[in-house]
Formats: sequence, structure tokens, C-alpha cells
Amino acid sequence: MSEVRSELKYLSSHEWARVEEDGTVTIGITDHAQDSLGDIVYVETPEINTVIAAGEQVAVVESVKAASDIYAPVSGEVFAINESLEDEPEIVNSSPYDDGWFFKIKPSDLSELDSALSADGYSAAIED
Amino acid sequence: MGNKTALHQWHCDNNAKLVDFSNWDMPINYGSQLQEHHAVRQAAGMFDVSHMTVVDITGDDATVYLQKLLANDVARIAQVPGKALYSAMLNEHGGVLDDLIVYRTEHGYRTVVNCATRAQDLSWLQQHSSGFDVVIRERDELAMIAVQGPQAIERVKQVVDTAAAAVIAQCDVFFSATVDEVFFARTGYTGEDGLEIILPSSQAVVLWEALFANGVVPCGLGARDTLRLEAGMNLYGHEMDETVSPLVANMAWTIAWAPETRDFIGRSAIESQRSAGVDTQLVGLVMEAKGVLRAGQSVVLPGASAGRGEITSGTFSPTLGKSIAMARVPAGIGDYCDVEIRHKRIRVNVVKPCFVRNGRSLID
Repeated sequence: MSEVRSELKYLSSHEWARVEEDGTVTIGITDHAQDSLGDIVYVETPEINTVIAAGEQVAVVESVKAASDIYAPVSGEVFAINESLEDEPEIVNSSPYDDGWFFKIKPSDLSELDSALSADGYSAAIED
Repeated sequence: MGNKTALHQWHCDNNAKLVDFSNWDMPINYGSQLQEHHAVRQAAGMFDVSHMTVVDITGDDATVYLQKLLANDVARIAQVPGKALYSAMLNEHGGVLDDLIVYRTEHGYRTVVNCATRAQDLSWLQQHSSGFDVVIRERDELAMIAVQGPQAIERVKQVVDTAAAAVIAQCDVFFSATVDEVFFARTGYTGEDGLEIILPSSQAVVLWEALFANGVVPCGLGARDTLRLEAGMNLYGHEMDETVSPLVANMAWTIAWAPETRDFIGRSAIESQRSAGVDTQLVGLVMEAKGVLRAGQSVVLPGASAGRGEITSGTFSPTLGKSIAMARVPAGIGDYCDVEIRHKRIRVNVVKPCFVRNGRSLID
């Protein structure tokens, strides 16, 4: 049983989004995703200052088994990337919701997250 | 719901992620295939390889029969009890039906062939036995455990009885010996020292649990693949299949051309190929850039010729920390080429197809 956190929003493509206290959004991949992928060896994040659109492919996560595209849950500008992933990509496996975050954005329109899945919605989606 | 080995329940009880492998339920890892890989290179890991096919061949004509079936010559081991030989088994067109290890045993020979090719191999062996005084016996009541790594042999000796430990201590590389019902071979598929142990299925759990209690790390098929690719070892179905000649699969060294009077199946086909010359070769690739090379990706040669090739096996090399591959490319390729990965061309280095040996990089 993979962990699904109640306070996050999700895409059916297994990304999670966390709205921080300051209104910025942190993005990563779910426990279910890291488990399916197996040992992660590379994470390719967007560069800082990149402007991204919701639904756009913005990152790539590569495991020994497969490469997987990562999609933006919201539009906005990337202002931080998780530099630890360069040397320790396995953090995504061990801590997908905390230390294994991918990047942070200043969202242009937080209401875009209304159409993302809730924790219950995501749990149901992965049960199939 | 495929076939299950004697260790299946143990795998289930110990966090194994099971996958289908040629209709067998096998562990791909027990948590982290990278950690399992490192355990083999640095200490000792063990693999349940009971899905492989063990076939014993006995009878007065065992030697001449295998001299016909196999491209390597069992005469090289016929007078050397326990010795092992790696060989291709070819069809009449010189294509590789399988690669296998054959061991000289007390009453004949033991061959270990691939799981995926089991049915066609057995059928082929039977079909070509007519006229030979041989008994071909598949030993499907036996299990097989591979224990590999610099500490592997020591750890095995510590858990078996003194008679077996003494026999193991005497066993040279690429030799085998049998103690009671247990067959120990100092062979493997990882590029490390170690043993492949073939034993009655009823004894497999006890041995596996003893090794586990003695610090040997259970390893799955994921680590098995990264280890063998680092060691430059072929995987049937990738580097070769029945449409591929051994001469373009880095297996020319396994062909025993002499004596010329030994007419093995496929001989005339590969002799013609050898005379005509071959125009492709199997090379190693190393990618310094981030990413993972994968089977099926296209290789593009530099320069106006723009010759092309294809990756036969690719993975991330845990020991080297970068991606490696084997690729079939035009003969005469230089030191570098490009690989097409998701619509981009990435430069990679061409190397001999062997990347790690005894835990050490061969390519830096």
C-alpha cells in the first residue's frame, strides 16, 4: 500500500503539488510512482526562471527500469530546484513527499489546482 | 500465475517484488536493485536461478553427441573431471539457438541452458540424438542458487558441512564438484568470483536461509542484469538469437574450429561467414551525460557515411555511476558515436564490451 498524503493535490500522472504557506507550490512524484519506477538514477528538472504551463512536460525522472515524463500541475515560474537530486537521486525513492521534492514554482493562478485530484481521488485512481 | 521455484514463499515473505519471467514468478528486487548490485561487487549476494534448465547427458556417445551439437568442443573437457566449458549451440544456418555452460561430470555432462529457450532446446537435443547412444534427462526436480561476490565462497563454506567446505576449497575457477546430492560450480554471471549451486529443491530453502543468516544479500533479476552487462556478458534474446551469428556476438572465441574433421551443426554456415568477413560487430558504449541507454535505441556513426546500429542491451551501471550499453554497429567504428534518445542525439564513447571486472572499472 503506497502512501498518499491528504494535504496534497495530485495528477493522475503521479505528480503531487503542495501549496506552501507563502503561496508557492512544491512539486514531486508520489510514493506509488517511485515504487513503480524502482531505483531512480537521474532527475532532470527545469531550470530556474523557466516559465511553465499547467499540463506541460517539464521534467524527466529516470530509473534503471524506465524514463518517465513529469508534468506541471500548475502554471508559473520555477524559482527553486532540489539540488540534492543531482548526487542523491535515490532520495526520491526514500522520501518522495519530503526530501525528494523536484522543484518549486511561483504559481500564476492557484485556482488551476482545483481541477487536480484530491488525495481520495488519487488513491482511487491508483487502485485500478 | 507462473511457475514457482522452491524459494517462492521465502521471496514473498521477504519483500520481493515479483515479476513474470518466461512464465516463472521471479523476484526482480527485494527493495533496491542498486544496493543488491553493490552487495555482489563488494561482499556477497545470492540469486534464485532455479528457473534455468538443467539437462544431464549420459551414455556411451555423450561426448561425440555433444561434439556435434555444440560449437565449442567438449573434447576440451572430456578428460578433465568437473571442468566447465561455455558454448553456443547453433542451428544449420549458424544462428545461435542458445548459449550454455557444460560441465564434465562423473557419468557424462551437465548442461545449464536458458529458461526462455527451454522448450526449443529440449526438443532440439532430442531431435538430434537419433543414432547416438545417449540419455538426455532434464533435472527439473533441482533448484539452483548462485552466490556471487568476493566473499561469496567463504560465506558458503561457513554454512555447509566440513566435507563440502573442503571440496569447495579445492574447486578452481570454471570447475565443478559434487558432494552428496549437491553440485557446486565455480562459475557465474556477474564478473565476480562465486559459486552456482544445483541441489534438490527440497534442500533449497535450508541452504538459502543459512546463507541469509550468514550475511549473504538476496538479489533479484534487476541486479542480475546490471551485473552481467557490466561484466560484458551476453543475454540470449538481446545480444544474439537464432538469427544472429556467434561471429557478430562476441562469441567467435567460443568456436572450436579445430579439428577440422569435427562437423558440428552450423559449422559450414559460420565457416562461409568467416571466409567472407563480417560487417558488423558488438561493441560497448559508455555515456558520460545523464540518462540511461536502453535496448532498441538507434546508434548513429559520425561522418558522412552515417552508418547506423542498434543497442542490444543498455542500463545504468551502478559501479561506474553512468550508463553503459552493448550495441551492434558497423565494423570499423571509431571511438565515439551518437545515440538517439527521445529525439535528441547524445554523444557516447565506444569501448570494448566489458566494463567492470572483479569490482573494478576497466574503462577509466
